[in-house]
Amino acid sequence: MTRSLKKGPFVDVKLSKKVSVMNESKKKSVIKTWSRRSMIIPDMVGHTFAVHNGNKFIPVYVTENMVGHKFGEFAPTRTFKTHPIKKD
Amino acid sequence: MARISGIDLPKNKRGEIGLTYIFGIGRSTAQHILTSCGIDWNKKVSDWNDDELNKIRKFITEDLTVEGELRSERQLNIKRLMDIGCYRGLRHRKGLPVRGQRTRTNSRTRKGKRKTVAGKKKVTK
Repeated sequence: MTRSLKKGPFVDVKLSKKVSVMNESKKKSVIKTWSRRSMIIPDMVGHTFAVHNGNKFIPVYVTENMVGHKFGEFAPTRTFKTHPIKKD
Repeated sequence: MARISGIDLPKNKRGEIGLTYIFGIGRSTAQHILTSCGIDWNKKVSDWNDDELNKIRKFITEDLTVEGELRSERQLNIKRLMDIGCYRGLRHRKGLPVRGQRTRTNSRTRKGKRKTVAGKKKVTK
């Protein structure tokens, strides 16, 4: 079920603080975050985030198309090694 | 013969069914079209007169996206997911189920026909 529109998008307070500081100071640096559950909002476009995947941080450069998705979608948590191809 | 948005409708079917031959129109949309055009659902496609046909055509072109337009829209949506590199896009790229279904068994629709891996031991007790 989708989230009620009344509430607006969910962004962790910690993260939104960091973004607003970045936007004010006009500096661009990578923001480390564990908050995979936060939604990407238009303010974040153009910044790079290092999103934790449980093991390490995956750099995610936010573009306009990504607005409305969550950070977790861009940092896969599972690795799948392909099956070795057997030669005859 | 009725031709709507590039598709020949079967002439000996009821209107409600006949319209579903168009990609993007199912039963409920067909019923919706017919009621808003003031045509009986049970009227055969061949019995529609030109006036009714034009009404239906007008309704579809104005309010709905069907056939090629809809197909390309769908493709674009998938392409967008693949381009931004999100999880759903990755699943599309790999041809695996997108919505979190299991892949240990089943999901043959997405994965295609079985490719047997030789040398896999059978479980014996």
